[in-house]
Amino acid sequence: MTAFRSLARAMLKGFFRDKMALFFAILFPLMFLALFGGLLGSSGTSKTEVEQVGRVTVLDDAPKEVRAYLEESLDIHRTTDEKAAIREVRKGDADAMITQRGDTLVVRFSQADQVKAATVQGTFQAIVQSANIAVTGQQPKYTLESDQVEDDSLSTIQFFTPGLMGWAIAAGATFGAATNLVVWRKNGLLRRLRLAPIPTRSVVLARIAVSVAIAALQAAIFIGVGVAFFGLQLTGSWPMIVPLLTAGTLSFMAIGLLAGAVSKSEEAAVGIANFVVLPMAFLSGSFFPLDGAPGWVTVVSEVLPLKHLNEGMLDTMVRGEGPAAALMPIVILLGFAVVVAAIASRVFRWDE
Amino acid sequence: MGAEIRADGLVMTYGDVRAVDGVSFTVAPGEFFGLLGPNGAGKTTTLEMVEGLRKPQAGSVRIDQYEPWKREPALQRRMGVQLQSSSFFERLTAREQLDTFGALYGVAAGRTDEMLEQVGLVDKADVRTEDLSGGQKQRLSIACALIHDPDVVFLDEPTAALDPQARRNLWDVLRSINDSGRTVILTTHYLDEAEALCDRVAIMDSGKILELDTPAALIRGLDAPVRISLAPGTLDVGVARDIANGDAVTHEPEVDGDGALTITTRDPSRILTELARRDALAGLSVKGASLEDVFLELTGREYRA
Repeated sequence: MTAFRSLARAMLKGFFRDKMALFFAILFPLMFLALFGGLLGSSGTSKTEVEQVGRVTVLDDAPKEVRAYLEESLDIHRTTDEKAAIREVRKGDADAMITQRGDTLVVRFSQADQVKAATVQGTFQAIVQSANIAVTGQQPKYTLESDQVEDDSLSTIQFFTPGLMGWAIAAGATFGAATNLVVWRKNGLLRRLRLAPIPTRSVVLARIAVSVAIAALQAAIFIGVGVAFFGLQLTGSWPMIVPLLTAGTLSFMAIGLLAGAVSKSEEAAVGIANFVVLPMAFLSGSFFPLDGAPGWVTVVSEVLPLKHLNEGMLDTMVRGEGPAAALMPIVILLGFAVVVAAIASRVFRWDE
Repeated sequence: MGAEIRADGLVMTYGDVRAVDGVSFTVAPGEFFGLLGPNGAGKTTTLEMVEGLRKPQAGSVRIDQYEPWKREPALQRRMGVQLQSSSFFERLTAREQLDTFGALYGVAAGRTDEMLEQVGLVDKADVRTEDLSGGQKQRLSIACALIHDPDVVFLDEPTAALDPQARRNLWDVLRSINDSGRTVILTTHYLDEAEALCDRVAIMDSGKILELDTPAALIRGLDAPVRISLAPGTLDVGVARDIANGDAVTHEPEVDGDGALTITTRDPSRILTELARRDALAGLSVKGASLEDVFLELTGREYRA
């Protein structure tokens, strides 16, 4: 026990005195959080800009509630010069031009941004339809009611905090384990510890405890900054991130140990860890949602531990699901850790 | 205090290379034992088998009743190990290193100050190991090896890569290690170091022990002549030849005037008496054979330090 405690203390001191490690484990991911939180704001996407030329009756005479609905997604400027308006759309300064010729509503849009092009067409299609119905004087038979499934407060930061946090923890645990193993093997400390009257498991457990403690610190700072500055709101079963993070840290440590076991130098270990962690973060939806990703990406992401950690954290931290949502990810993460750690122990050497 | 070490027919092969090829020796309790040889002679591999880092492919090692490769805590608590490289925890101070190693052996914290005192690092206690000099690092690593007051101490090339002053400095520390009756095994490729520190020396090359004895006996056994030198102008070359009576006389001419005279003889007492009688002792120096000569004689080749 004293061996475990003193080893853990030595490793923690080493970590906190390593300014580079601190920067990359904590400050660097926080910079991304600030960047994403600041850039994307709370609304997610910017409004579609529309140039309105002359009078357009369906817009100008629309009831108040319809106008309010339109203004949520459209930013309408009034102008008189149709040619100038079309030029603006061409240049990309505006997303669409609208004018009225007799009873025909004319829309010109740019296909450059397909999402906005679709928004413009859909919106005005709907306006024309409802205006036509209104002309008949009948009540519409069908009505549409729509609302987002998430909490009303759900904003971009809710999605990005768990993802970026997952990436930070994956990088911290992988790099920590990989460089620790290589440095200790190279400077002979592993051999030295092997000749000390302590079981090997004390060394391994100390490293696990330190990695989990660092992950907990990263999570606390991330959530603290998210709540304090970017309006992050945690939902019910968020404490489930504790077992999730522990299981995730074990998976990433296993990757790091494998990278450290096959590397001869610290540089090689860092290179391999980078090679694994960065693509994993992209494919696991740490930086952007995977909803629109092609099928093969989704398939690949299933074997990545970070994907499951991110899913589990999203479910319990911001999607408001119950604690049970974390169980499957935890099981998968632990299974991954066992398999990769077993491979790492096969290639592991005490000395060079 | 002190443990007995018995190595018997140790063999370790890496691929086609027989790194250690049938090495046997016994180290008595309290003895300071040296393994001397050039790089690649098999000293470190031999030491690793004795420490228990490697299991011998053939042969056996016993430290008292223990087989070291089984890594029994009861034995490991009695062993102090200083490895070839300076093996420290990153970014810890000298004091923290000693505290950490002490905790691994269940040693009370007070030992740290005692050890810092013993190796002369009291004023460096709060300096991180990365900022210590080479000699200071080696002294600290020896302190880490001694923190739990072991009965047997392994030192693997403790003075490698040190400047001459730092080496001599460390010798004092090393000598004090076995004052208290510890058994010490040291590997080195410095002949003067083995001569100065060790009770007995095993000279190794190509995985074998070539000779094993006390440094004095090894040198005596060589039966090498003694070189007696005199300052220039002390003695006429002709007279010197008369005194030498058949022994070799070398005369190194200098740019102006006479050069230094050297008489190489197996009968130094007679020559020295003759010189004293003639009052020709100015600038006298007498050099006997060193372990280096023994080594060259044994390996028959250039020393590859």
